[in-house]
Amino acid sequence: MSSAGKSPWLMHYNASSCNGCDIEILAALTPLYDVERFGIINTGNPAHADIFVVTGGVNEQNKEVLKNLYDQIPEPKVVVAVGICASSGGVFRDCYNVSGGVDTIIPVDVYVPGCSVRPEALIEGVVKALGVLEEKRAAVDNGGLR
Amino acid sequence: MNIVMAAAGAVLFLILAPVLGGLISGVDRVLTARMQSRRGPPVLQPFYDISKLWHKERAFANPVEMILTSGYLILIAFSGAILFSGGDLLLVVFALALSHTFLILAAYAANAPYSTVGAERELIGVMVAEPILILLAAGFFIVTGSFFVSDIVSDPTSAIVYLPGVFLALFAVLTLKLRKSPFDIATSHHAHQELVKGVTSSLSGRTLAKVELAHWYETIILLAMMLLFFAANPVLGIIVVVICYFLEILMDNLFPRVTWKMTMKSLWTVTLILGAANIAVLGILGGVMV
Repeated sequence: MSSAGKSPWLMHYNASSCNGCDIEILAALTPLYDVERFGIINTGNPAHADIFVVTGGVNEQNKEVLKNLYDQIPEPKVVVAVGICASSGGVFRDCYNVSGGVDTIIPVDVYVPGCSVRPEALIEGVVKALGVLEEKRAAVDNGGLR
Repeated sequence: MNIVMAAAGAVLFLILAPVLGGLISGVDRVLTARMQSRRGPPVLQPFYDISKLWHKERAFANPVEMILTSGYLILIAFSGAILFSGGDLLLVVFALALSHTFLILAAYAANAPYSTVGAERELIGVMVAEPILILLAAGFFIVTGSFFVSDIVSDPTSAIVYLPGVFLALFAVLTLKLRKSPFDIATSHHAHQELVKGVTSSLSGRTLAKVELAHWYETIILLAMMLLFFAANPVLGIIVVVICYFLEILMDNLFPRVTWKMTMKSLWTVTLILGAANIAVLGILGGVMV
């Protein structure tokens, strides 16, 4: 694995989640699980991020924010939709103000379903994202995404 | 020191300082993790980070960042090259201050709120650190009669004997320079502060990689300055520098960040009491009999 997969800096955004998945994400980022072992740094800054972790079904209020954050992350970047709401809108998908999943606004690379998501599934999702990040980096190096 | 030795010193610094600086940064992160009952990243993690950043898309808040961060890196490398070639200590100190001006301008150029706050705090950081660096040069001049590093290292007595106050004040300011708590006001390596990345928040990819690389150079420059106090006994010097760095990591994990006012007051007080008083006492006692 080259350096892109060894140094994934992660940014988390809550696009109208109920906080269930957010709690699981934050729990997985605590010293107990020590994600820094894998070079993961939890950054609050899109300019420094590689992996964009999004929770919630995205509503009319925050879809512009989500798009804006996504646009600020430099390539190569990977989006992980965490929880069933982020994956498909979940039980809220037919609500009048819900877009119905992160992929209705920005392209999603890895879906991690669950309500709320299991930490094991979350970690597996991020590991899958590392593989995608690696492929995208190769594409950037070849001039594909620049 | 002849010209060949000087050139060799400069070249060795330019090549080896990033390697050593990166390793120190890696060991720092592992030790920090152990202090927090974690395993921590691999020791080579800082190099993975830099390599990753180098391959990111070139995205700028303002394209002038490219030139300004390069200026920051080049001037820090220049400053270190002068130090390791046995050159003028005053030039080292002033090049170091000028390099930070480039970083501050890069942060201002982004015209973003967090970046601007970071730039202002970095400016305060330079203001706070500059007096002790100049006192250090003055102190070495009083003790050895020369500003040249080549003369300072060949002095038979270690300067620490005459300048313990200046050394301790430099150790206090080192906390700020290494961006460690409680004085990491401009930017922090950890996410436990109210302004986490500050001065680097608008930089990404290669510009961020250059700033990190410059930080590694600066770490080596500062540790070398501390080592200079033990010129006649480098083994003892290395032991003291290692202990000092360990204490910095310990403090980083023990203390929360203080405000910029507190940073200025406490470090200027330390500089004045330990640094300036040390020089004044030397002056009153009639200098050093060399």
